Amino acid sequence: MSNVLPAGTPAPDFTLRVTPDQFLSLRDLRGAPVILAFYPADWSPVCGDQMTLYNEVLPEFRKHRAELLGISVDGAWCHAAFVRDRHLHFPLLADFHPKGAVAKSYRAYREDEGVCERALFVLDSQGTIFWSYCSPIAVNPGADGILDALERLPNQENVNAASSSHAA
Amino acid sequence: MLRVPVTPHDHIKGPADAPVTLIEYGDYECPYCGAAHPIVNAIVERFSKELRFVFRHFPMVQVHPFAETAAQAAEFAGAHAQFWEMHDGLYENQESLGVPLLFALAEALGLPEDGLREALVNGEYLPKIRGDFLGGVRSGVNGTPTFFVNGRRHDGTWAYEDLAGAIEARLHATASI
Repeated sequence: MSNVLPAGTPAPDFTLRVTPDQFLSLRDLRGAPVILAFYPADWSPVCGDQMTLYNEVLPEFRKHRAELLGISVDGAWCHAAFVRDRHLHFPLLADFHPKGAVAKSYRAYREDEGVCERALFVLDSQGTIFWSYCSPIAVNPGADGILDALERLPNQENVNAASSSHAA
Repeated sequence: MLRVPVTPHDHIKGPADAPVTLIEYGDYECPYCGAAHPIVNAIVERFSKELRFVFRHFPMVQVHPFAETAAQAAEFAGAHAQFWEMHDGLYENQESLGVPLLFALAEALGLPEDGLREALVNGEYLPKIRGDFLGGVRSGVNGTPTFFVNGRRHDGTWAYEDLAGAIEARLHATASI
């Protein structure tokens, strides 16, 4: 298991293909918490599947205004088929070319196998890593760690109010 | 670790003072839960007085579009003190899961058809089912079926020997205190 980027680190920016003809940049999501879920591959067994679980928990993530991004080295067409099959309501990003470059920048790449770790990052609205976790590759880490982190995030309204009064 | 303790609102089989509690988070449309069902029943029978079994809902509705409706029917039956009868009926007829099955099972149990229809239309039991689901998520349930033995997630398989072994280990631990 690699040592994924720890809390307090600015989240490396990236631009990845989100559909065969669209790209998404992390910086465009500034202003709200972001959950990055790196995972090894699309098409793992249905009922214990991590992305399927997150799809079900999505309304809870959204209560914290958090955007969820799934990231693997699968290509955009593979992701498109997987999203359609599992009715996923959040984007899957293709860390496909150059392969695993984004995962490497988060230290969440398994060089031997050529796939992403099962690594989770919760970013605050300023784009700093607030919480990170790397699960054993065969173990679905579930959603409780993410929800705990989102609950511990300082209230963004308070942060903004505090920083503006500080500036004044 | 389990974050939601067992309460009288749970569906409980077996003695309240049993030394071991087995909790299953399950989905009526999940084929793995269907396969685990006879195994769980055999476990419940084997440990009888020493085991309290609790079933909580964990419907994965995006992949199992009928799971939540089935869970509502089970809750409706539960309100008429026949939860386990409906629960068994749903798993034993999983291949024909659908609205007609719910009404056929309700009829066989002597449950009022109108009442079931109303409960489904009004979503009367959805808050409880959603509550089970969220409590499961916060406890580390990450798929179905997921089991907890005395509050600790059982990460082994749900094969009979594995489950029985986990329960026996807790029984011995309790006995040696």
